[in-house]
Amino acid sequence: MYEFEFTRPASVAEAVAALNAEEAQALGGGQTLIPTLKQRLAMPTTLVSLSGVAEMQGIGLQDDGQLVIGGATTHAEVASGAVGTYPALAALAGQIGDPAVRNRGTLGGSLANNDPAACYPAAALGSGATIVTNTREIPADEYFQGMFTTALEEGEIVVSVKFPVPEAANYQKFVQPASRFAMVGVFAARFADGVRVAVTGASEEGVFRWTDAEAALASSFTPDAISALSVDPDGMIGDIHGTKAYRAHLVNVMTRRAVAAAV
Amino acid sequence: MTKVTMTVNGKAASGEVEGRTLLVSFLRETLGMTGTHVGCDTSQCGACVVHVDGKAVKSCAMLALEAEGAEVATIEGQAAADGTLNTIQAAFQEHHGLQCGFCTPGMVMSAAALLKDNPKPSEAEIRHYLEGNLCRCTGYHNIVKAIMAASGQDVSAIAAE
Repeated sequence: MYEFEFTRPASVAEAVAALNAEEAQALGGGQTLIPTLKQRLAMPTTLVSLSGVAEMQGIGLQDDGQLVIGGATTHAEVASGAVGTYPALAALAGQIGDPAVRNRGTLGGSLANNDPAACYPAAALGSGATIVTNTREIPADEYFQGMFTTALEEGEIVVSVKFPVPEAANYQKFVQPASRFAMVGVFAARFADGVRVAVTGASEEGVFRWTDAEAALASSFTPDAISALSVDPDGMIGDIHGTKAYRAHLVNVMTRRAVAAAV
Repeated sequence: MTKVTMTVNGKAASGEVEGRTLLVSFLRETLGMTGTHVGCDTSQCGACVVHVDGKAVKSCAMLALEAEGAEVATIEGQAAADGTLNTIQAAFQEHHGLQCGFCTPGMVMSAAALLKDNPKPSEAEIRHYLEGNLCRCTGYHNIVKAIMAASGQDVSAIAAE
């Protein structure tokens, strides 16, 4: 790692101020950023840890029924803390990485990084969540802007995320066995007013909504409703782990599994 | 350099570290506690697993300064002061849960974290929990057996090879 200053503010306001420094970088749980720093793929002058910000911790149910989770809440905390309120989200969090990684990695860190194969982007987009930053509220549909790209401005922090809780939902992850990331992961959610299907791991554009499937599932929320549908392999990720056509095929398979499990 | 203070295996520990100093480097190089190993240094192998405030973490993927004020537990604190192995360590010995031993500190610390949350895990739960701890010698069977035995369960049905 290149040398950097380390600071651990206690409030969002202090963190925002610290991130004003030139080449400052926010640190969530560090499960992606620290390996990246070790490879010298990033060289911040200041690392601003968000782990000491109490107001970014925890899980709570709002009066309007939305589940609010602090940006610095770890995957392990969501896996155990959201079981009663949003089981599909808890199950997703419990499948990220391995137990030790889940004890450090955070919701905000995952969403800010927006790895094209990460699990949380599928949950946020599939739930129609709202990403709450220190300056504004961003709907998930506007937040994800392609691989490793989000609507976040320089120095903007994911303070919390508001998840509408669906009537039924499920996440199906086809694990890439070496990395534990999703080869393809599908989050399907049925709400009173419609269905959302978000796909991670598959597209060169990062997480996306499979709108054809959403429309078909809105009239019949069954695996058979999408049997005849397919996504275009063009634009899918093709690499040594799987071809474009293979990932496109998996999108349909994992969506049907998610719907079957959510019913 | 910044001063960092934490509790390691119940004793106060402090030292001067850089912002980029990893927790594992602080343990091994500043405190001289080399029981915690660095295997891959890419946060995949789990040889560096320690507990921070009771939770298993990969100490090669956490900065020392992030552990300011924390309670850290390492492999050195597992046996009793007179060297008597704890239940998990004794079970690893009894059931041949190690060969070269390099991954063992992380295996024991992960096993301890698992049994704290889940005192009677099934074989499948143990295998799943250990997905972030790699062993290139044993093929895992005897590690799983040792953890089953440490949790007071029958191990006769687990594959022995």
